[in-house]
Amino acid sequence: MSEEPEIVLGLYVPPHPHPLLAPEQNEGWGRLRDAFDTCRQRIEESDADLMLIYSTTWPSIVGHQIQAHPKPVFTHVDDDFHFLGSMPYEFHMDAEYAECYREACEARGLHARTVAYDGFPIDTGSVVALKLLNPDNRIPACIVSSNVYSNRAEQIVLGKAARDAMLKLGKKVVVVVVASLSNRMFTEHIDPSDDRIHSAKDDEWNRKILEFFDNGRLEDISQLSRDIQGQIRVSKVVAYKPAWWMAATMGQHNNYDGEVLAYEALHGAGGAVIQLTPAKGGVGDKEFDEDDVEYYHGDRSVLDKGMI
Amino acid sequence: MAKGEIVLGCLAPHPPHVVYAENPEQNEPFSEGGWEALRWGYHSLARKLKGIDYDCIVVLTPHWQTYVGTHFLGLERFQNISVDPIFPNLFRFNHDITVDVEMAEAMHDAAAEAGIITKMMRNPDFRVDYGTIVSCHMLNSSWNKPIVTISSNRSTSYYSNEVMNAQAAALGEAVMKAIEASGKKVVLVASHSLSHRHFVTEAPLPEDMSREHIYNHSQYVWDMKLVQMMREGKMREVIDILPEMIEQTMAEAEGGGLSWMMAAMGYPDYPAEIYGYQSVIGTGNAIAAWDPNEATRQLVL
Repeated sequence: MSEEPEIVLGLYVPPHPHPLLAPEQNEGWGRLRDAFDTCRQRIEESDADLMLIYSTTWPSIVGHQIQAHPKPVFTHVDDDFHFLGSMPYEFHMDAEYAECYREACEARGLHARTVAYDGFPIDTGSVVALKLLNPDNRIPACIVSSNVYSNRAEQIVLGKAARDAMLKLGKKVVVVVVASLSNRMFTEHIDPSDDRIHSAKDDEWNRKILEFFDNGRLEDISQLSRDIQGQIRVSKVVAYKPAWWMAATMGQHNNYDGEVLAYEALHGAGGAVIQLTPAKGGVGDKEFDEDDVEYYHGDRSVLDKGMI
Repeated sequence: MAKGEIVLGCLAPHPPHVVYAENPEQNEPFSEGGWEALRWGYHSLARKLKGIDYDCIVVLTPHWQTYVGTHFLGLERFQNISVDPIFPNLFRFNHDITVDVEMAEAMHDAAAEAGIITKMMRNPDFRVDYGTIVSCHMLNSSWNKPIVTISSNRSTSYYSNEVMNAQAAALGEAVMKAIEASGKKVVLVASHSLSHRHFVTEAPLPEDMSREHIYNHSQYVWDMKLVQMMREGKMREVIDILPEMIEQTMAEAEGGGLSWMMAAMGYPDYPAEIYGYQSVIGTGNAIAAWDPNEATRQLVL
């Protein structure tokens, strides 16, 4: 068995339901839909046997939750965009991988658990990604949550645990991150034809990030996560985590062929469909001094140090 | 038609643990109990509510999070299973909810008239959030009254705690106008805890009360400060310092519930009835009520 897990593709896709439910209402939403469709075709042409999703619209509190229901069935409706329609789903999950991922998390010090309950509310982002990228359930999937309190160390370890489980089971994997770039939406209802990125600043940052993605510089984006959070992320959670997880899961380097298939506004937020294909050789001119992390030791209990 | 009125305002936290601990027939998991200080407090408040004449319960919940305006449930009935995305091991609740759509539409229209971005939710597949269900079940387990659910606009995330306070106050004033015009007697519910930092691990037996305590002492101090001010009828001051408390304790009031309810009730200067306080997985939870009727107002705890 190889020492490296076989990751055939990495995808970064937006969580909003518009490309699924209303691609005809805005040309940009339609282009995002086309990009999803292109990715779906490429996944079908690959011989991947697992789609692993990290969704920023599935928050967790008690550690990290991993979807393990072999056949979740429900009809999902988005909290904000319920008027666009319902999203009935029936997915095929890889319960064996989910359990293996949980074990790998625990072996690296993370608190994790699988969830397998009828009627469990699979989040908008995961539903959109699975329905568009894997509509016929051609390959089994797995979804991991985004813990609201976690930060860099925990996310990187969570990504490494995903690799451990891939390696152990010999999986060929499509890694999918579901996240916006800039995530500030308009706070009022808009005519679909009026959609645009919320501000010029958000747009400039998005384009800079896309330039990095296009050059395959995933690890560099990971290292820039704190800047990205400060500049273009509404502070719903403590950090911009998806790049940390994605980079750690995909090997912590810049050796990819990057392709930005679409970049459009989704009610003001920045939505992009991006593909990263592992390649030889990479680029990068940045140096970083934050430690790499192999094992999560938990909080440092500063309040217990007798400082008060 | 007589002028409508608010007959009670309730701060009603919604940890699914309390429903889990009650073992109602609608909830699938089984528990050995737990969190009695909260549950017994809820029982006491529910008994009081049974003695009050009212038409509907209006709840603002932080677990229906909307970024594009404030939304209102707009269909008469919701039957479904609600599975808590955070604690699915504790809460898988089969519900049958009746909505006072007329009241919801009146509140929606009043809010829109006040310049607030609004939306009626008319999708029959929509799943009612567990915050609504937990608070309403603990206050009225017979579910014999219609409800109105109002979403939590995330203005704290998009702007600041101060902007949240101002927008929630505007919503509260608009809702009060709708209530007065309706001629109905209404119970308001702010569905949330006080301090809101969770432990990120869970005991093997979640109801093992030997493991339950507040996340840290500063959270407790803030919670007690607020409870004391509630006892003293200083609700204007509570709302004024709420942005600071939210900043310091990650308080769930960031969803706007308490600010909305107090504005609708005109910032009561009479003592709140305190029914209980207890931590749930580290968060601070108080059950309190504001009774505008001096004759029925009680010193509970």
